[in-house]
Amino acid sequence: MTVVVRTITRVLFPIALAFGAYVIMHGHLTPGGGFQGGAVAASALAMVVVAFGAGSLAKRKGLLSGLESLGGVAFAALGFLGLGVTFFANVLAGAGGLFGNPVPYGPNPGDLNTAGTLPLMNWAVGFKVLAGLGAAVLLFALFGGEHDR
Amino acid sequence: MIGNLPFVVCMILVALGLWTLVAKRNLIKLVIGVGLIQNGVNLFLVALGYVRGGIPPIYTLAPAGAPMVLPTPQALTLTSIVIGVATTALMLAFAVVIYRHKGTLDARKVRELRG
Amino acid sequence: MGTHAPILAIAVPLLGGFATPLVARISRVLRDFWVFAIALFVAVCVGFVAAQVFAHGVTVYVLGGRTPQETLAPGAFPIRIMLTVDGMSAFMGLIAGLLALVAFPFALRFIPEEEGKTLSFTLSLLLLAGIVGLAYTGDLFNFFVFLEVTSIAACGLIGFRTWTSRAPEAAFKTMLLYALSGLFFLMAVAFLYGEYGALNLAFLSRQLRGSALDRVALALFLSGLLLKVAAAPLHFWAPDAYGEAPAAKTLLLVVNTQVSLYGLWRILFTLYGGVLDAGVGWLVVAMGLLTMVVAAVMAVGQQDLGRLVAYGAVSQIGYMMLGVGVGLVTLAGRPDYALVALKGGVFHMLNDALTVGLLFLCVGAVEWVRGTRDLGELGGLGHGLPEVALFFLLASLALAGIPPLNGFASKILIYHGSFQLSPILTAVAVLASILLLAVFARAFQGVFLGPRVEVKPELPWSFLIPMIVSAVGIVVLGLVPGFFLEQVVTPAAEALWRGRHLYLAAVLGG
Repeated sequence: MTVVVRTITRVLFPIALAFGAYVIMHGHLTPGGGFQGGAVAASALAMVVVAFGAGSLAKRKGLLSGLESLGGVAFAALGFLGLGVTFFANVLAGAGGLFGNPVPYGPNPGDLNTAGTLPLMNWAVGFKVLAGLGAAVLLFALFGGEHDR
Repeated sequence: MIGNLPFVVCMILVALGLWTLVAKRNLIKLVIGVGLIQNGVNLFLVALGYVRGGIPPIYTLAPAGAPMVLPTPQALTLTSIVIGVATTALMLAFAVVIYRHKGTLDARKVRELRG
Repeated sequence: MGTHAPILAIAVPLLGGFATPLVARISRVLRDFWVFAIALFVAVCVGFVAAQVFAHGVTVYVLGGRTPQETLAPGAFPIRIMLTVDGMSAFMGLIAGLLALVAFPFALRFIPEEEGKTLSFTLSLLLLAGIVGLAYTGDLFNFFVFLEVTSIAACGLIGFRTWTSRAPEAAFKTMLLYALSGLFFLMAVAFLYGEYGALNLAFLSRQLRGSALDRVALALFLSGLLLKVAAAPLHFWAPDAYGEAPAAKTLLLVVNTQVSLYGLWRILFTLYGGVLDAGVGWLVVAMGLLTMVVAAVMAVGQQDLGRLVAYGAVSQIGYMMLGVGVGLVTLAGRPDYALVALKGGVFHMLNDALTVGLLFLCVGAVEWVRGTRDLGELGGLGHGLPEVALFFLLASLALAGIPPLNGFASKILIYHGSFQLSPILTAVAVLASILLLAVFARAFQGVFLGPRVEVKPELPWSFLIPMIVSAVGIVVLGLVPGFFLEQVVTPAAEALWRGRHLYLAAVLGG
C-alpha cells in the first residue's frame, strides 16, 4: 500500500483501539459492550492487515490465540464467582468495591463505577472478540490466497 | 396494515435469501444467501420491540417521562448477529479450503460426496 | 455443590474447552488428563442431576437469581434464564455423559498430534457443553443459542481434516443446513415473543392459544428441528457429516442429533402440549417411516464403511420418531399402547447411542489400523483384530434388533405400540430392520472375513476399554431391560406423556 495509507494507518490504529476500548468500557451505560467494542478494535487490526500486508502480523498468531483463550476462561471464571449464590450472580453489584456503586434509578448522568461483574465480563468478551476476529482476518489474509504463499 | 410494513420487508428479505440458496451455484453466493436470511431475521427481531414514540432504552442522560422501546429484542438480535458472524466465518473458511483443493467454487463441480 | 450440578455440567466443559489450548502449552500429558478429567466430571454431574430428578421431580436452577429456585420476579413473570430439568432432560443428559465417557478416551490416541489434537479437544468440549445445555435449558432463546453452539462446534469437527477434499465439502454443506435450521428456529421464537412477550418455555406453554401465528411458529419449529435431526427428506447432510468427521468425534455428533430430537419432543409435548392436534403426530410418524426406509435402501450400495454405518445411524432416528410419534398422534385420548410405543422410542435413544457409538468406534479402529475405509480394499481383518470383529458383529445385531441385545428390547416396544395404531407401520419398521441386517452382514463379511491380512500396529488399550464398556452396556441393557425401563426410561417417558403440568408447576408455582 502507498505511503499515504500507511501513514494514516499508523495514526489511526491507536485511535481505533482506544475507541474500541471506550465502547467496551461503557457497555453498561451506553450502547456497546463486549462484542461491539471487540469488533471495533478488530477493525483496527484489519486496517493494519490491509495497509501493511498479512506478514506484518504473522508472528503474533500465538499471542492472539492465547488472548482468545484467556478471554474465554475469564468470562467463564467470572460466572463461577457467583457460585455461592447462583451461577452468574452479580456479587460485586452494590457491594461498594470495584464497580460496586449502587445504580441510581431513572434517567441519570451515568456512573461508570456501577454494575458489578458486568464491566469485567464486557472486558473478557471484548478481548476474546478482538483476538478471535483479528485472528480470523489475519488467517484469511495469510492462507486465503490463490496460491499458498 | 401500514404498521406491518417492517415485518413484510423482513419476510421479503428472508424470501430473497431462500431464493438465493436455491438458485445460485457459487459457494460464496450461497454464503451471501444465508447472510440475507440472517439479516431478515435480525431485522424482524429488532422491529418487534418498537413502541410508538419510544426512545432508545438507555437511562444515561435520557429525557424524563418518555416511553422506551423494548430492550430484550435488541439483546436477542445482538446475540444472533454474533452467531451469524461465527457461522459466516466458518463457511467462508471451508469455501477457501475447498477452492484450494478443487480450483473452482461451483457447487455442482464440488460434488465428490454423492450417494 | 449438589444444587449447582445442572449448571456445572454445562459451565465446566465450557471453561475447560477454552482453557485447553493454555493447558496444552504447559504439557501435552497434562492436557490429556485435563480433557479426561472434565469428561469424567460431566458424567458425574449428569448422574447426580438424574438421581435428584428421578427422586424428587422437576429441578429448576435460575441463573443469577438470589436463590437457585427464584423463578418468578415480582408480578409473577419469569425474567431470568433458567435450567428446567425434568425426567426427559435428565435422561438426555445421562446419554450425553455416557457417550462422553466413551468417546473422549478413544479420542486421546485416535487423533495424531500433528493433526491439531488440542483444537479438536477444544471443539469437542464446547460441543459437549452445548449438548448438555440443550438438554437442560428451560428458556427458548437459550435453546437457540446452545443449538447454534453445537452446530458451529459440530461443523468444526466435521471439517477437521482440511487436507482431504471431502471433509471441507461435507462441513460446508452441513454448516449451511445447520445455519438454516437455526434461523428457522429463531424466526419461530421471534413470532412467539412478538405475540406473548416472553421467552420462558413454561410461561409460553401456559399462554399458548393455538392462533394462526402460533401455527406458523409451529411450522417453523418443525422445519428447523426436523432439518437438524436428519429426518428424510431432509437427511442429506448426515451421511457426509458422520462419514467425514474423525470417528471418535462422530459419537458426539450422534448425541447432538439425538438431543435435537429431544428438543423437538420438548417443543411438541411441553410447549404446544395444550393445543396440539393429531396432524403433527402423523407428520412425525410419516417422516420417521420415510427415514427408516430411505436410509436402509441407500446403505445397500455404499462402499465406504463410515458412510454405511452413518446411514444405519440415520435410519435409527426413524425408529425413535415412529415410537414417539405414535404418542403424539394419540395425545388427546392417551391410550395405554401409545405409552408403550413412547417408552420404546425413548429407550431407543439410549440403545441407539450405545450401538451406533460402538459401530463408529469399530470403524475408527479399522481406519486407524489399515488407513482406509473402502470396502473394496479391506478384508480379512477378523484374524488380526478379533475383538473389533466381535464388537462389530455384536453392534450390528443390536442395531437390527436381534434378541437378546438392547436393540430388541426397545424395538419390540415400538413394534407393539405402533401395531395397535396401524399394522402398516410395524410392517415397514420390521422390513427396514431386516434390510439393515443384510447390509451390515455384508459389511461384516467384507471387512472381517476372508483370507488373513497382516495387521500392525497393535490397538492401544485406550481404544479397547471404551469399546468394552459399550459392548457391556449393549449386552446388559438387552438381558435386563426391565430394571432400566423402570428406573430411567419410565420417568422420562412419563415426563413427556403426562408430566406437562408438573413442568409448568415447578417453574410457575402451581
